[in-house]
Amino acid sequence: MNFVLIAEQTLNGLQLGVMLFLLAAGLTLVFGIMNLVNLAHGALYMVGAYLTTYFYQATGSFVLGVVLGLAGSLLVGVVTELVALRTLYERDHLDHVLATFGLILIFNELIVMIWGRAAIYSSIPDYLSGHVDLAGGLHYPVYRLLIIGVGLLVALLLWLVVARTRLGMLIRAGASNRAMVAALGVDIRLLYTIVFGCGAALAGLAGLLAGPIYSVQPGMGELILIQVFVVIVIGGIGSIRGAFLGALIVGMVDTLGRAFLKPILATVVSPTAAETAGPALASMLIYLLMAAVLAFRPAGLFPARGT
Amino acid sequence: MRKTTITILAGLVAAAFVAAPASAQQKVRIGFISTFSGPQGVIGEDMKNSVELALDHLKRKVGGLDTEIFYGDDQVKPDVGKQVAEEMLKKNNVDFVSGVIWSNVMLAVAPTVTAAGKFMIGTNAGPNQLAGADCNELFFSTSWQNDQTPEAMGKYMQDAGIQDVYLIAPNYAAGKDMLTGFKRYFKGKIVDEVYTRLGQTDYQAELSQLRSKNPKAVFVFLPGGMGIQFLKQYSQAGLRGQFPLYSVYTVDELSIPAVKHAALGQLETRYWSQDLKNEANQKFVGDYRKKYGGKTPSFYGAQSYDGIMLIDSGVRAVKGNLADKKGMIAAMRKADFKSTRGKFTFNNNQFPIENFYLLKAVAGPTPNSDPVMEIQKTVFTAHKDSYAKDCKMKW
Repeated sequence: MNFVLIAEQTLNGLQLGVMLFLLAAGLTLVFGIMNLVNLAHGALYMVGAYLTTYFYQATGSFVLGVVLGLAGSLLVGVVTELVALRTLYERDHLDHVLATFGLILIFNELIVMIWGRAAIYSSIPDYLSGHVDLAGGLHYPVYRLLIIGVGLLVALLLWLVVARTRLGMLIRAGASNRAMVAALGVDIRLLYTIVFGCGAALAGLAGLLAGPIYSVQPGMGELILIQVFVVIVIGGIGSIRGAFLGALIVGMVDTLGRAFLKPILATVVSPTAAETAGPALASMLIYLLMAAVLAFRPAGLFPARGT
Repeated sequence: MRKTTITILAGLVAAAFVAAPASAQQKVRIGFISTFSGPQGVIGEDMKNSVELALDHLKRKVGGLDTEIFYGDDQVKPDVGKQVAEEMLKKNNVDFVSGVIWSNVMLAVAPTVTAAGKFMIGTNAGPNQLAGADCNELFFSTSWQNDQTPEAMGKYMQDAGIQDVYLIAPNYAAGKDMLTGFKRYFKGKIVDEVYTRLGQTDYQAELSQLRSKNPKAVFVFLPGGMGIQFLKQYSQAGLRGQFPLYSVYTVDELSIPAVKHAALGQLETRYWSQDLKNEANQKFVGDYRKKYGGKTPSFYGAQSYDGIMLIDSGVRAVKGNLADKKGMIAAMRKADFKSTRGKFTFNNNQFPIENFYLLKAVAGPTPNSDPVMEIQKTVFTAHKDSYAKDCKMKW
């Protein structure tokens, strides 16, 4: 185990964490502010991946694909909120789960009807497909560095919006006391539509970044959504800071566990036992972490203030 | 009055008894179970397309009888598969059940069907139990026993003298079976054996580990979406030219459209390929492309097509007398039909004894077309599975 490998795996962990953050931010915003459990968040991620892949191939320009894909997911999010979710806010969480699960099925089948059941082709544009040499002979793909950069930038922008703007103030106020904000004459319905649209766009952004490296296929959102729920439970539901730190923790723990748990175990127990226990434990690690957090800090490690 | 009612009822019952056998004789009913929903539904689609094509080729008459086909979705769940099979047996009164992709589903479905005294024609999953101690005269497979395909790759890499191999498979029963099958024939040095999470999307951490170990070759079993993401990330990480990649059930006609050039150079072993030169296969592949808008069928389709043809040969031999189970078993054991893999025979456990080939993903015929799988060489001739000796059936 050398320094370069550890550095490379740390970058891998950071990259996975950032990807999870983009999804977790939208999910936690919607839950924290609108008190809506949105299982269909993964479907919006899928929509982002499909739209971007489609527009990239149709126009031949990755940038144009990204712009149209992002706009498309925002639009799909806003329409979903206006048509389906508005009627649900007054109901309890069980109804949210039922309705948004229905949305998952509808989105998946719509995708099947338009693009078919098979995974579609997606690729990295040539100018992003190279590698960079970082210090110490570390050879890292440009596209993965781009994901890290975009993720950190989005985190910064979100923090600026939430902490420094009027919209952010309303969002924070809405998260703390919905009834009071409405009583002060703020159009809470419009606020909800904006928040949900932004959440959808963030999911779409994660999807469009994931498209070229993952398999773009129906149901792709559900594969990653479970990990995203783990992130927001660990980070504290409704908190952007919690989503960011929770995502980084989950990304690091998962990646480093997969990479180094087996060799570390092999130094403690017999190699055969490590062979069996290593992979099983590595894939359980984030869930064990979640269970521990729930046991000792039920509100999460970085809970939102005022709730 | 009461007497009249009884008489009428008795008459109805009698009429039902007379009518039932007559209509049952005229038709053969087949249930086909596969996965038609979710991400894996793409496999079920290819199987169903091939079954429909087989029925077209038989002019919708299997064994000369009018044919009714019922499709059932197992949703990759053993309990759902069993339920679907029970419904087909009881409600649709099927004579044959065919299909089934997954070994765990097959282990739930096959005993249900054979216990009801009906035929189970497996067209993909080949769990070792059904090939060994739990073999049954009502169970036939038109595919393979799970271990055979990785055995062929192990044999090829052993013969080629390749050393320092790095193994990757998902951490579940079939993943372990595949690597066991591989190691049955590959005796060279194995650098590391890595099990990933089932359904894992990102392999960057594993790829970093792999590069640091600097193996001479890599062998993977990553079916479905896992294979698509692995191949993309493997070539994006620049490993394609660095470490030759060998695989089973990872690159096929269903995944190539999603990875295109990232599949180029990939080596797989398989009992079938679209370019196998025999009359039945050329008719199958050609007509499939014609019927389904230029799509190329996969081995899942080829073996499902063969399943219908096997049933046809059995029913034809007993001249449509579906009550003659013994006659149908004897006929089907001869494998007397034009298989897409060419001529083959059945072992005593009613699994095929067949050839295995080394396939390579090469550039398609035109610059814009997808890569195609082509046969490079024969690895095994008339290869038997290693569980047949545990099967008590003799014939």
